[in-house]
Amino acid sequence: MREPEISPDGAVRVGVYICHCGTNIAGTIDVRAVTEYAATLPHVVVARDYKYMCSDPGQTLIQQDIRDHHLTRIIVASCSPLLHEHTFRAATAGGGLNPYHFQMVNIREHASWVHEDRQAATEKAKDLVRAAVFRVYFHEPLERREVPINPDVLVVGGGIAGIHAALTLAGARKHVYLVEREPSIGGHMAKFDKTFPTLDCAACILTPKMTAVRTNPHITLWTYSEVVGVEGYVGNFKVTVKRKPRYVIEDLCVGCAECIEACVYKAARFPDEFNLGLGKRKPIYLPFPQAVPLVAVIDPETCIEFKSGKCKKTCVEVCGERNAIDFTQEEHTETIEVGTIILATGFQVFDAKRIPYYGYGVYPNVYTALEVERLVNASGPTSGEVVLRDGRTPKSVAIVHCVGSRDENTNRYCSRVCCMYSLKLAHLIKEHTDAEVYNFYIDMRTPGKGFEEFYNRVAEEGTQLIRGKVADVYPEPGDGGRLIVQAEDTLLGKVRKIPVDMVVLAVGLEPQADAQDVRRMFNITCSTEGFFLERHPKLAPVNTFTDGIFLAGACQGPKDIPDTVAQAGSAAAEALALIDAGTVELEPNTAYVVEEACSGCKTCVPLCPYSAISFMEATQKAQINEVLCKGCGVCVAACPSGSIRQHLFQDEEIFEEIKGVLAHA
Amino acid sequence: MPDGGLETSSVTRDGFEPRIVAFFCNWCTYTAADLAGTSRMKYAPNARVIRVMCSGRVDPQFVLDAFARGADGVLIGGCHPGDCHYQEGNYKTLRRVHLLRRVLREMGIEEERLRLEWISASEGDRLRTAVNQFTEQLRTLGPLSVEAPAEALTETAPVAAEEVAA
Amino acid sequence: MADPAGKPKVAFYWCASCGGCEEAVVDLAEDILKVVDAVDIAFWPVALDFKRADVEALEDGALAACFINGAIRTSEQEEMAHLLRRKSGVLVAFGSCAHLGGIPGLANLFDREAILDRVYRTAPTVDNDDGTRPQVRAETPEGRLTLPEFSDTVRTLDQTVEVDYYLPGCPPPVGLIVDAVTAILEGRLPPRGSVLAPDVALCSECPRKTTKPERLLLKELRRPHEVLMDPETCLLAQGLLCLGPATRGGCGAPCVSANMPCTGCLGPTSRVRDYGAKALSALASVVDSNDEAEIAAVMAQVADPVGTFYRYSLPASLLRRRARRHAPAGGGVSS
Repeated sequence: MREPEISPDGAVRVGVYICHCGTNIAGTIDVRAVTEYAATLPHVVVARDYKYMCSDPGQTLIQQDIRDHHLTRIIVASCSPLLHEHTFRAATAGGGLNPYHFQMVNIREHASWVHEDRQAATEKAKDLVRAAVFRVYFHEPLERREVPINPDVLVVGGGIAGIHAALTLAGARKHVYLVEREPSIGGHMAKFDKTFPTLDCAACILTPKMTAVRTNPHITLWTYSEVVGVEGYVGNFKVTVKRKPRYVIEDLCVGCAECIEACVYKAARFPDEFNLGLGKRKPIYLPFPQAVPLVAVIDPETCIEFKSGKCKKTCVEVCGERNAIDFTQEEHTETIEVGTIILATGFQVFDAKRIPYYGYGVYPNVYTALEVERLVNASGPTSGEVVLRDGRTPKSVAIVHCVGSRDENTNRYCSRVCCMYSLKLAHLIKEHTDAEVYNFYIDMRTPGKGFEEFYNRVAEEGTQLIRGKVADVYPEPGDGGRLIVQAEDTLLGKVRKIPVDMVVLAVGLEPQADAQDVRRMFNITCSTEGFFLERHPKLAPVNTFTDGIFLAGACQGPKDIPDTVAQAGSAAAEALALIDAGTVELEPNTAYVVEEACSGCKTCVPLCPYSAISFMEATQKAQINEVLCKGCGVCVAACPSGSIRQHLFQDEEIFEEIKGVLAHA
Repeated sequence: MPDGGLETSSVTRDGFEPRIVAFFCNWCTYTAADLAGTSRMKYAPNARVIRVMCSGRVDPQFVLDAFARGADGVLIGGCHPGDCHYQEGNYKTLRRVHLLRRVLREMGIEEERLRLEWISASEGDRLRTAVNQFTEQLRTLGPLSVEAPAEALTETAPVAAEEVAA
Repeated sequence: MADPAGKPKVAFYWCASCGGCEEAVVDLAEDILKVVDAVDIAFWPVALDFKRADVEALEDGALAACFINGAIRTSEQEEMAHLLRRKSGVLVAFGSCAHLGGIPGLANLFDREAILDRVYRTAPTVDNDDGTRPQVRAETPEGRLTLPEFSDTVRTLDQTVEVDYYLPGCPPPVGLIVDAVTAILEGRLPPRGSVLAPDVALCSECPRKTTKPERLLLKELRRPHEVLMDPETCLLAQGLLCLGPATRGGCGAPCVSANMPCTGCLGPTSRVRDYGAKALSALASVVDSNDEAEIAAVMAQVADPVGTFYRYSLPASLLRRRARRHAPAGGGVSS
């Protein structure tokens, strides 16, 4: 076995530090007892407990001890290494030791926070500390690997989050690939009429940013495109993008819409996606008037040329010399190399049909909030008229909050934006129709700048605010055509049944339907709800567990536009920080072949998912490419002659941990 | 090598407390255990976690060593099939566990004492349940007595002799 | 240490073994004459008429070298091991049984009671209505008779006495024996505790090495009698469970050359603590399936996993023996 690194006086000298974390640890674990116990362990020279080891004085304590006691190994028993390993490695290095002569023991997340029995938690902490003391003996000095960062960035998703992140990065003159799966960027925000609480016109603030994306020379915009493959690692990702055919050549089309006029279909008759089916479009169409890029799209499902091949192709005729229409376009893929990735894939709205008693899809006058956004929008299917499907203007409207949120049967979480947008819609509907508006809410959640003021304003405008969860929506007896909304008014303490002409369901925000697939492709994780999981909820809210991949917007969890934009800016800044550093340091936990020991049996070669292991003909032995190795250790465990080793996770280090946790027998 | 002969510190109070060595992968199960912590979920204090980057790093030697040193159960936690941070490491674990369980059975160790759990980073609750259930299961199975004082063998482990071989 | 003629004294002894190791010494052929020429054989029960008393009469450390083969199963073997240890300068565990427990070590899947019950009661050929069992001591009219005690567990030599060197193999390959004896005679010994064989697995010297595909994954395992073997292709590539990748080289791969997969008699490399676990890990890792049922089906093709992976090394494994029936729950585990 290898000899460990030793101190000038020839010994391994260990310092053990037990953190109280205020009362987070000390409240459940007898830190004194653990410290006293640690002092009795082999090679331990110093054992101390301290209120907050991660604080400056805590770190200074370590560094002072390294100097005073010639320590060669440092152990801190505190929180999870996923939180503070970096901090203490840096402190260890600051004291003059190799940072990898440090070992962290998790006695907070894995002990004090999850156990109630003080004695049992204390014994567990002792066991874990002992394992670390045994382990560090074999720690070797390591150096972090440095790899260059490709300065190009991929932004996935062209909603407000992706747009803002892309523009921020492009502003710093970094090249951005912005990939959006719909034919136009804009996302959900492009569908909104006004934004709360300021009632800015959504289009007025979004459209200039969309145009800026189109004109920015540092942004390559690929709409109607999807990422289908991701390889590599921070600084060096290789991404495959599928580009769907729109049958109109993007570079040639000027968005004049003459082809749409000329289409053999004289009237628009197919449901228009952008207006959620409330309006109609032709087989050739522009997604919406402010679309970016402003390029027509042909829907092969409805286009006669695609269906029969016998269309007169009046569209091609009118396009004339531009020749922008190309029925032969095919799907193709492009491969790009980027150093960092920002995921801004957004959300989907809750499918209101999942709550049958609200009658969505059954009663024509039950709408989702997003549909009403289109109705109140001047460029929407009704040109801003709030009218029912039969053309009548509603005289009374019920807005039902928390549809698909805060509900055991659907989603337990609060979607954060529904109270505010429901108040906004109440205001807009009143403004457009002068109808009586009833908002049914469970709790009114208005924590944000200007939110409470907006709530007061809407209340003063005369919107009826009823505290109660709607239990049922059903037709009024007779042929009045109205719907009864039934709820228990918890302030009055009685059941109310209010007849209305229109019901608006304030649907919550959910992860995209394919969030799990996207997560797998980018090798990140999802929270229980299915939103992408940030590295740390407080300290690393836009980072993921995969270095170089950042999150922006509602793909990480429901949030409003200001929060989305703030997060997008933050994600862009994180990417810029990496790019500006030029290189990134990787964990030195790679596997390596001990060449003189390897028999060349090739067992390991097919096991590596990254093709990092190759068989060298010249030496007749295996070799691991350190740059490609990601450090999983599968080959180490599989090597039948023990000839593959792994830095940070050497066999003897793990055997010592096993011995350590069990040594009290 | 540090000395093994240390004072007794096991939690016994009244009755048998199973001792569990848990190997958790960094990306899923270890993170789930962190989540259980930040969510202040309470569970049995019997498991001692050893962090590895991937469940695929768990060498069957580690499992046998844990049993030989007095573990009553070994828990391996990895990412769900198809979700491995390293693409397929957890499948290698699955394959090894299958064969290892057959060896354990023949060696008189109930195969349930080696438990494999797929627990994703978001499943703190599942982590709690897994540790609690396993602890209960081991309580029912009772203590495992493998008499091997593993020390003797490893301390005198033979070393290379290239000079002679050459 | 040396006799008047200046020749170093050596001894050979056998414990729980088959006698193959003794054959291996004879297999030195002409080389044995050189050995006999160079040393004075002071004790070799198989070949020469020395008695235990002759060994006891020697001064401690008088034997320059002693080669013990066989595992330790009886009190007599244990006593002799201690005696020879005391009398020897260099003690060599000779062959798989002394080194790792060997084939007799597979008895650790059972205990004494089970073995005696089988041998003296339930085996179909037994005719023993009185249920007579061997006794350690028996008083007869002619006087007291004694037999060595049969232990519950088979041990390796180094689990009994301190061992200086190991000569691995079942039996040790002649080349390794010659090298070891020469090294001892010339006083060029490696660090104590060394296994006197290369520390690289067998594949490095296997004549079939170049035929192994670079990316070999297995969907099916077969046993030698089920295969019409190609004489040149890697046996693993033919679906045969060859343990060469996990086993020390130094034998020259005679089994593999004779269409017989390596069964692992030279044991693990120095970097491995449990031969069977590592061999198992390597094999399981290359099973070509991610489907649980399919994996189970392939694994089921490994007949007798312990007999396969621990054929020569069960007593030296981390678990050493089959776990005994444990105390019922609630019995308390430690003080």
